[in-house]
Amino acid sequence: MKRRDFYRTVLAVASVFAVGGAWAQEEAPDALVKRISTEVLDAVKSDAAIQAGDVGRITALVDGKIMPNVNFTRMTASAVGRFWRQATPEQQKRLQDEFKTLLVRTYSGALGEVKEHTLSFKPLRAKPEDTEVVVRSEVRGRGEPIQLDYRLEKTAGGWKIYDLNVLGVWLVETYRSQFAQEINNKGLDGLITSLAQRNKSNGKS
Amino acid sequence: MNPHCSAVSIRPVMARWLSWCLALCLVVLAGCASGPNAHPRDPIEPFNRGVQRFNDGVDEAVLKPVATAYREVMPDLLRTGVNNFFANLRDLWSSVNAALQLRPQEAVENFMRFNVNTFLGLGGVLDVASELQIERTTLDFGQTLGRWGIPSGPYLVLPFMGPSTVRDAVGMGVEASGDLVMGMDHVPSRNSLYALRVVEARANLLRAGNMLDQAALDKYSFTRDAYLQRRDSQVRALIGRDDDAADE
Repeated sequence: MKRRDFYRTVLAVASVFAVGGAWAQEEAPDALVKRISTEVLDAVKSDAAIQAGDVGRITALVDGKIMPNVNFTRMTASAVGRFWRQATPEQQKRLQDEFKTLLVRTYSGALGEVKEHTLSFKPLRAKPEDTEVVVRSEVRGRGEPIQLDYRLEKTAGGWKIYDLNVLGVWLVETYRSQFAQEINNKGLDGLITSLAQRNKSNGKS
Repeated sequence: MNPHCSAVSIRPVMARWLSWCLALCLVVLAGCASGPNAHPRDPIEPFNRGVQRFNDGVDEAVLKPVATAYREVMPDLLRTGVNNFFANLRDLWSSVNAALQLRPQEAVENFMRFNVNTFLGLGGVLDVASELQIERTTLDFGQTLGRWGIPSGPYLVLPFMGPSTVRDAVGMGVEASGDLVMGMDHVPSRNSLYALRVVEARANLLRAGNMLDQAALDKYSFTRDAYLQRRDSQVRALIGRDDDAADE
């Protein structure tokens, strides 16, 4: 395991130099996901406050390590669907903020348990010219392995994650019909209000 | 989430409820007017929502409090044993399903797991097979039907048992008839074991349930969309992997 990682690192470094030294831009999508998950796991393992579910600390970790590598605008836009283009920039911003808070709060509870788990990545099946890829991994711990996949897109600023799949369920798709439902009943502002209310009541518990 | 929990909680009352439910569905379908925003795979949404409300009521009133108390009282070690015991029975079924899906490797592995754990693991209480690195592949009959091209049919929320589809409900009915716990002759033992299995399965879901309450704007469509996606991806994986093997 160790040795293979070492070779992989050497290979990655070599290929970066071969392309001409444009560091961050040339990081392969699976290497990127692996690096972020390792960094996040290490941060969680060494931070008792995060393991206890401290939302402030978790938000800081998410903003520092994860969000720079996520296209959260695209994530929110595709969850909101065709209504996104009707939204004003102000509405779009509020939708992103509330959606992010919802996700961070939801998953913060699960972070306390990751210390017993390890990640294993499957080989990337993609062509070099692909601009959208799926990186597949598994979380191994007690019980059966948990499937955890990421969709990434190539941008000028490197690869960005725009969707996440847990156990065969894509995150964005699962929110799509709930969002559509709210918008159909109460409009875009109605959806923003519902998200804000849900976040407020989650904050109390 | 435990992938087979929904199936675990169900079997004994299954056959009876299934027939009731299918009858009810037909009645509802006959008079069903779905609106313009209806989910294409959920034509009987009003009925399903009703059943989910009923299930949530039962859960709030009985199952969740019992499972919470159970989790408080039972030592972890004992719970692992209980989990292992039922998972071991499940492995035997997975082995049958693997065989029906023409997957000899998984069939043999699951069958070996069952034998090793039953005879070396005190009837399945100890999971010796995992220590020996024999892989578990959990497969159910709904997946087997899907593997052979039977479409899922409309989404269906079953009383007491939760999210399903017409195909998966049929699959659960078939599995119920082959259930080892249900087949026991000694009725008090059978009922106790059944209750234990349901409570254990629910206790495993307590955390996931809380998470669902937090994550969902509408618990009904969240559950439905997640369930349908997950089942589709399981069946796709079964079919896809067979293509890779290229045995034809």
